[in-house]
Amino acid sequence: MAVPESWSRNWRTCGTRAECSEVMETVQAALQEAGLGETAAFAVRLSLEEALANAVRHGHAGDAERPIDVSAEITGGVVRLEVADEGPGFDPTAVPDPTAEENLTIASGRGLSLIRAFMTDVEVVPPGNRIIMTYRVETSGGE
Amino acid sequence: MSQEFKHVRVRHDGGVVEARLLDRHILDELVIREIGEEVDRVVADAPSPSMILDFADVEHLSSSALGMLITLNSRLQDREGGLCMINVCDSICEVFRITRLDKVLSMAEDYASARAELLGDA
Repeated sequence: MAVPESWSRNWRTCGTRAECSEVMETVQAALQEAGLGETAAFAVRLSLEEALANAVRHGHAGDAERPIDVSAEITGGVVRLEVADEGPGFDPTAVPDPTAEENLTIASGRGLSLIRAFMTDVEVVPPGNRIIMTYRVETSGGE
Repeated sequence: MSQEFKHVRVRHDGGVVEARLLDRHILDELVIREIGEEVDRVVADAPSPSMILDFADVEHLSSSALGMLITLNSRLQDREGGLCMINVCDSICEVFRITRLDKVLSMAEDYASARAELLGDA
């Protein structure tokens, strides 16, 4: 099958498991078709899951029925994801560092940290209810 | 003796509980809560508070699942037992390394090593 030069998709979805799974499976299929490899697939899946979970948990105070806007775009070796909720947003600089010694045994608060670790660029757009995540496949070595 | 729950298959083996996670993706909040409840029940019923958690079937987990593991580890340690994870794939090992949870949660190469670590009979 010919790999398209670029692929994009937008969803007006919500945070239920069924809706999230549909978004996730569509993006994973597009990644596979683009031949970006398992490392990219893992990073994108994890980051999209965490961003959607944060939108429901923090943005919408646990209400999984409220709408979430998601866009995904694959161009060459670059994957761009955007997730926006209807919440008031948050200040990412105020999030405690979950890797600090005193926070290691706290059971929550690692989502944004994981997204930052696995994606190449992450931007939390003020007021903090929209996150833009970019993954670039390394062209030298790696995959 | 082995028992199969919805998300976990459990085997009691001379002082250690071996629990194999059966889901490929541990992402959904409901699934994570159910896994937590299943392992809690196993731990509550077990004579020994030492558990080997087998990740052989797991490909993805979320930060909420990490929280569940931290809580489980604390519960076991409170009873002077412990948790040791085995068959953790490279990608999930990376998640533990990035979050520095590799400093809090034990991992072993295989079942025998995990058992030796928990029972101190290396």
